[in-house]
Amino acid sequence: MTATTLPEGNAELRALLRQVDKGRHRKDRLMKGLIYGAFVLAMLPLISVSWTVLVNGIERFNAYFLTHSMRGVYGGMDAGGIYHAIIGTLEITLFATLISVPIGLLTAIYLVEYGRGSLARSVTFFVDVMTGIPSIVAGLFAYALFAVVLGPGVRMGVVGSVALSVLMIPVVVRSCEEMLRLVPNELREAALALGVPRWLVVIKVVLRTSIAGIGTGITLAIARIIGETAPLLITVGVIDSINFNLFEGRMMTLPVYVYRQYSQGLVPCTPGDLECIPTINYDRAWAAALTLIIIVMLLNLIGRLITRFFAPKNLG
Amino acid sequence: MTSTQSPPTQDGVRPAEDAAPPRPGRRRRTRAADKGASRLFRWTATGAGALILVVLVAVAAFLVLRAWPALTTPAAELTEEVSWMGEATSLLDFVGPLIFGTVLAAALALVIATPIALGIALFTSHYAPRRLASGLGYLVDLLAAIPSVVYGLWGGLVLAPMVKPIWAWLNEYLGFIPFFAGTVSPTARVLMTVGLVLAVMILPIITAVSREVFLQTPRLHEEAALALGATRWEMIRVAVLPFARSGIVSASMLGLGRALGETMAVLMILSPGFLYSFQLLEAGQQQTIAANIAAQFPEANPLGVSALIATGLALFVITLVVNMAARAIVARRKDFSGAN
Repeated sequence: MTATTLPEGNAELRALLRQVDKGRHRKDRLMKGLIYGAFVLAMLPLISVSWTVLVNGIERFNAYFLTHSMRGVYGGMDAGGIYHAIIGTLEITLFATLISVPIGLLTAIYLVEYGRGSLARSVTFFVDVMTGIPSIVAGLFAYALFAVVLGPGVRMGVVGSVALSVLMIPVVVRSCEEMLRLVPNELREAALALGVPRWLVVIKVVLRTSIAGIGTGITLAIARIIGETAPLLITVGVIDSINFNLFEGRMMTLPVYVYRQYSQGLVPCTPGDLECIPTINYDRAWAAALTLIIIVMLLNLIGRLITRFFAPKNLG
Repeated sequence: MTSTQSPPTQDGVRPAEDAAPPRPGRRRRTRAADKGASRLFRWTATGAGALILVVLVAVAAFLVLRAWPALTTPAAELTEEVSWMGEATSLLDFVGPLIFGTVLAAALALVIATPIALGIALFTSHYAPRRLASGLGYLVDLLAAIPSVVYGLWGGLVLAPMVKPIWAWLNEYLGFIPFFAGTVSPTARVLMTVGLVLAVMILPIITAVSREVFLQTPRLHEEAALALGATRWEMIRVAVLPFARSGIVSASMLGLGRALGETMAVLMILSPGFLYSFQLLEAGQQQTIAANIAAQFPEANPLGVSALIATGLALFVITLVVNMAARAIVARRKDFSGAN
């Protein structure tokens, strides 16, 4: 290890420096290990969750499961599906999107195109604060709102949609605002200089340029709220049959279905009863969870593909 | 137009003149092009913006309105009417343990999640190979995409049996610490397991916010530290972490806000109790506000619903304060970082 070509003093200095460095390098390596370790540690639950959901859910995940409701299913019967829950989830989420997108998009337009002064600043601030509202509080709000208007004890799909839109609006505002801010000012100025009225500039220039990003943002916002459970549990309730009507009666939704099956627990089977499956409720919960995760991942994927294929350069 | 020194910015953030109230002269000039459909459109957009504030006020107003019966009913009557209030002598006595449980669960999740999240953020901002960094960051974001009910299912059926021996070990050898004392639960449906699941759920938000802040560290600070002979960790300690301190604080507060309001994971894992208890490994000790609402709401009578909404109001106020503080720190930081 001794550097023979160097003079005596230099080698001593080197040794001295190396001595000091040893501890520091050890610490550096230790921290590097810890930081890599933190990342690996965070991957463990991700892998564990996806793996167990896949393995436990795949068995029951079939056409029968997707096209049948839970009507007339009891005990450990080898039957029942999530058709009614899929209908409910789709309708409630769609209606929540119909409420949230116009409000969210217009708010984003306000913030980017017109926003100034204290109103714009407080809207920006409270949109951020709104993203932190607990989902159960949004559910309580929707319940209270409809209880005041229609009397207490109301359970119907549209209440759930309102609850979800409280959660969805801030997400839509955030992502749309980001996309609108990416539109170069030169485009706006060019259009205004040609005498185009302001609102047409916004619709024909700004929105058209950013349409792909807005599409992505909305898709990701839907993916965010489609798995919400707590607000739907207290506003929409549970039901075993199919209900297409958003404005009357309880509806089932996928996340609530998972919770309900889980909370029913193991079925006490009489010994020798081959028709009875003790873990049927858990099996159905896993399969429904798999369906839910597939839907969320598909939405995430679609969101990303929208950006890739409809980027502004492809628009005439 | 006279008060500005900064040039008009590209990103749509208008310079300081906008902060001032519009002056009459300027208003006349904008009005010329602002008529008919343009004005209608502007008012619609402004209305949507104002609606956000209205919704937030409405949330508070309707919660107060529906909670009012429970807040004004005498304690004795409330205890009689609402079955699950037990021996509580007043609404406050009932809400107290719930707030305690909520804060304890969230704090536990925060203690577990923050160091790991900071590690991941540093990994993606300073350690991972450049080309892989965004892909690996996306993997962490996937944790946020998994619905909470799936976490609950996983926590109840997979994680709880898995951690049971670890909790037993903690109880046996570290039982002298109050947190690990008491009789360890045979099912592991305890606050410690809940805290672990909540920690996983709040990892992505803490990671995302602190990663943004780490990436904003002035390049020159980092290079200066390295040029003085600092190792990579020393560079992070003297240049990155001090710069990001307020960002880290607000990131963990945002995480705290998420953990406070999380319902399903708690509801599906914890075996509840209404005590002021620090024993994390014993069943039937604590309960959180959100999980209690979800558990009791479907079968509650009108006064019970009102009492639950009152607890929901408490949760709303707590999360609102935490989130507003976090966002205020971020916003203040933004003003200062322009100077760098």
